[in-house]
Amino acid sequence: MTTRREFLVLAGAASFAAATEARAQLDPNLAAKRKAAFEEALRRIVGDAQVRRGRVKLQLPPLIDNGNSVPLSVSVESPMTGADHVKAIHVLTEKNPLPDVVSVALGPRAGRASLATRVRLADTQTVTAIAQMSDGSLWSDSAEVVVTLSACLEEGLI
Amino acid sequence: MARAVVTMPAQAKRGEVLEIKTLAQHAMETGFRRTQTGELIPRDIIRRFICTYNGVEVYRADLHPAIAANPLIAFTTVATESGTLSFQWVGDNGYAVNEIAPIRVE
Repeated sequence: MTTRREFLVLAGAASFAAATEARAQLDPNLAAKRKAAFEEALRRIVGDAQVRRGRVKLQLPPLIDNGNSVPLSVSVESPMTGADHVKAIHVLTEKNPLPDVVSVALGPRAGRASLATRVRLADTQTVTAIAQMSDGSLWSDSAEVVVTLSACLEEGLI
Repeated sequence: MARAVVTMPAQAKRGEVLEIKTLAQHAMETGFRRTQTGELIPRDIIRRFICTYNGVEVYRADLHPAIAANPLIAFTTVATESGTLSFQWVGDNGYAVNEIAPIRVE
């Protein structure tokens, strides 16, 4: 039989443990970590090469009500011939839990260098699309988006 | 039962650029969400989509958890010859769906 005093001590200990765990999940360095993860993902794609702006067109709605399903499309200016085509398109985000969104491998048989999909966005942030050409050059475009309801938080946690 | 839908023209002229839309039925569980008791829900997503035209790969996409549920992938390919286009989705926990679509090229 548990006395009232014992019960209160146990309940207090349990709630303290839960609060400590919840605080551990909320990392104070979250922003810095996500920035580092984004830069690492960028380095993995780009290496030491220089990325120029242009040729790529990234389209996203500027104001997003629901981050769980956001229409995203990328198109790249390219003749898409055997000698001059787009080899890959990558989409990265700065503040999602993982920076990678989608990577596409294509070639002259694609006809046009394009991609359309629906993505999840966790926060108001900048989305970047990078295109890798057959000659090795890299081109990019980025879009700033405002997200009012974030993806990943639909249960109201955090 | 996992399902997928492919929308594309059934016939085309040689050299025409075909617009293809694909939709796969999948929850795309990110692996970052928690249940009400705080347990992490394990990741379960489609990792890769491949489109082959008469056996030759023409378009491939690597998907990450940031792709919304029921992933839509819309892309293009050049109509070169009559035959079939095959679409393949592969994911976590042995998820694999294949879909084929015939094409007549004049």
